[in-house]
Amino acid sequence: MKNKSTTLSLSRRQFIKRSGGVATAIAFPAIVTSRKALAEPTEINMLAWYGHGEPDVVSEFEAMNNVKFNPKYYAGGDNMLGLIAQSPPGTYDIILSDAEFVQQLNQAGYIEELNPDDYPIDDFIHEDFKQFPGHWSDGKMYSVMVRFGYLGVSYNRNAIGDDDAMSYKCFWNEDIAGKVGHFDWHLPSLGMMSLLNGNIPKPFDIDSGAWKGVQETTMSLRPQVGGFFDYGGTFNSLKNSEMSAICGIGDWITGVLEKDGAPVTSVVPKEGGIQWTESYCIGKGSAKAELVNQFIQYMMSPAGQVRSAEMAAYPAFCVTNAGQAELRNVNMKEAERTGQIVGAANNPLTLISEGRIHYREVPIQQSLEEWNDFWSEYKNA
Amino acid sequence: MKSVKPGLDAYALTWRLPVIIWQVLFFVAPLAFMIAMSFFLVKNYRMVEAFELANWIKMFSRDYFRDTYWQTLGLASLTTACATMLAFPAAFALSFKVSENARRWAIFFLIIPFFTSYLVRIFSWYVLLAESGVINKIIGFLGVGPYTMLNTMFGTMVGYFALTLPLVIILQTLSMSSIDRSLIEAAHNLGAGRFRTIFQVIIPSAKIGLVVGALFCFILSFGDFVSPYYLGGSQPPTLTILITDTTKSGQQWPRAAVVAVTMMVTLMVIAFSAIKFAYHNRSQ
Repeated sequence: MKNKSTTLSLSRRQFIKRSGGVATAIAFPAIVTSRKALAEPTEINMLAWYGHGEPDVVSEFEAMNNVKFNPKYYAGGDNMLGLIAQSPPGTYDIILSDAEFVQQLNQAGYIEELNPDDYPIDDFIHEDFKQFPGHWSDGKMYSVMVRFGYLGVSYNRNAIGDDDAMSYKCFWNEDIAGKVGHFDWHLPSLGMMSLLNGNIPKPFDIDSGAWKGVQETTMSLRPQVGGFFDYGGTFNSLKNSEMSAICGIGDWITGVLEKDGAPVTSVVPKEGGIQWTESYCIGKGSAKAELVNQFIQYMMSPAGQVRSAEMAAYPAFCVTNAGQAELRNVNMKEAERTGQIVGAANNPLTLISEGRIHYREVPIQQSLEEWNDFWSEYKNA
Repeated sequence: MKSVKPGLDAYALTWRLPVIIWQVLFFVAPLAFMIAMSFFLVKNYRMVEAFELANWIKMFSRDYFRDTYWQTLGLASLTTACATMLAFPAAFALSFKVSENARRWAIFFLIIPFFTSYLVRIFSWYVLLAESGVINKIIGFLGVGPYTMLNTMFGTMVGYFALTLPLVIILQTLSMSSIDRSLIEAAHNLGAGRFRTIFQVIIPSAKIGLVVGALFCFILSFGDFVSPYYLGGSQPPTLTILITDTTKSGQQWPRAAVVAVTMMVTLMVIAFSAIKFAYHNRSQ
C-alpha cells in the first residue's frame, strides 16, 4: 500500500522537479533549433543597381540563412567605382558590377579572388561567358556573371511601327519630334550612335575620326529629344506615353511595363544591340566572404536564376542552361516573352550568333571623361 | 544723454555664441572645405589633395558650363519676377481685404504644403501635367489640347512655383499686414487713387518684406534640383543637374565643387545686393 502510494502519488516538490525535467526535454530540440532564429541576423552590405537587395530577390536566402541584406544602390558603373573608392576597405561585402567595370575593380584591389569550381560555369549558355572579358586575370577569376540583357530601340508600339523600330534611324522620325527620351547615362546612348555609324563590332573602341562622327550623329538627334531621365523618369515617361521612344535602354525597363500591359517593347535593331552584363564580386576585406559566396551560389542556382530573371525592378536573361530550363518550368510566359526558348527568333543566343550583339565597354581610345563632357554639352545644346 | 555703443562684452557674446558656432560649423567650415576641394584632383576615382587650378580652368572654359549658368540664372530670375507678381494680389487681399481670422486660416493653409515632402508634391504635379494627365483631360473636354507641359521649361517653372509661391505669399502678407493703416488713410485723404496708394505707399512701406520674399524665391529656385530634373526633364539643364552629372560620371567632386562655389558666390552677390536695396533709405 505504501509502495503503491509512493509510485502513484508525488509530492508537490517532486511534481515540479519532474515536470520541469519533462518540459525541458520536450523543449530542448526546439530551443536548439530556434537559437539560430533568435540570433540577430548577420548583415550583408550590398552595393548594386536598384532592385538587387529587394525582398523578391533576397528574401528566401535571408530566411534560410538568417541574414539581412543592407543594399546601397547606384546608377552607372563609374558611380559604383566612386562609392567604393570613398569607402573604407570591407565596407561592401558583395558588389554587383557592370561587367565593363570589373577590370577596374580588380586593378584597384577592391575585390577578392573567386573559386571557379564554386559556380556552374560549365553550364553557361554561351562559351564567351565562361571567360567573360575582364572577369579573369592571370588565370584567376574575380567576378561571376549572373545576368545580362540587351539594349536597343525601346518604343511605344502605337507611335512607331515594328518595322521602323528595326533601325536606330527611327529616333529621327519627324512624327516623334520632342518625344524621344534619353536614359541619362552617356555610355548606352553613345554606344548606340556608334553602332548606327557602323562602328561594328567595337562601338566603344573608335578612333578620333569615328568619335567625331558619333558626336555629330548624336547632336543631330538633339532637336528630337524631349528629356533626359533616370530610371524612374524613364519608366514614367514611357508608361504615360510622354515619350514615344527612349534611347539608351532595352527590355530591362520596357519589360516591366510590357508585363503590365503597356504597348511598349524593345528590339535589337539591324545595326545591332549592346549587351549589358551584371556580375557579382566579393568585396575585398569582407568578413562575411563565405556567406556572400553562398549567396552568389544561390543566385547561380536554377532557383536563383529564375529570381534574377523575374526581378521586379528589371528583368534579365538567365546565364545558365539550368536557369533557363527552370524559368520555362515555372514561368513559360516570361521565357517566351524574352525568347529564352530554343528556336525563338529573339533567343539571346541566336542574336549573338548572328553577330548583332556587342558588349558594352568603357571607351577604349578616349577617356570616360571625354565622353561625359560631350554628354553634358549635348544636354545643353 | 550718453550714447550706447555696441561693444563686445561677455554678456552679449554669450548670447551671440550659439549663432556664431552654428554659422562656423554648418556654413563657414563646409564652405571652406568646398572651396579647398575645388582645387583637389581625382585620380582613379579617388580625390587627391592638391592645389591646382585645373578644375576651374576646365569648367570655365566649357561652353556648356557657361550656358547652364545663364539658363539657371534666367530661370530663377523669371520665377522670382513671376512669383512676386503673382503673390502680390493674394497677399494684398489677405492683408487688407479679409478679416484677421480669415488671414490666419489662409496663412495656415499656405503652410500646409510644407508638411509634405517636396519630392512627393512634384510627383503629384507629374500626374497633373502629363499629356494623359488631369489638366489635359479637363481641357480636352473643351476641345483644346493636349499640350506638352512635362519635360519643358514650363514644367520646371510649375515646380519652382510649387516650391516658392506659398512662401512668397506668406512673407508678403506678413510684411503688408504690418503697414501702418493711417498712412493708407492719409494717402486716400490726400486724394491718391487706389493704384497710386499701392505704388507710392504700400509697396515702399512693405519693401523689405517684398524683397526678402523675392530673395527667398530666387535662392530656392536657383538651387533646386527636383523640378528641373523631374518636371523639366533637364530641358534645359540647370547647375544643380550639372553638379550631379559631374559627380555621377568620373566622380569629379572637385569640378562639382567649382560649380557649387560659383553658385554660392552668385547667391551671395544677389543676396547682399537685395538686402542693400531693401534697406536703402530705410534710416532716413
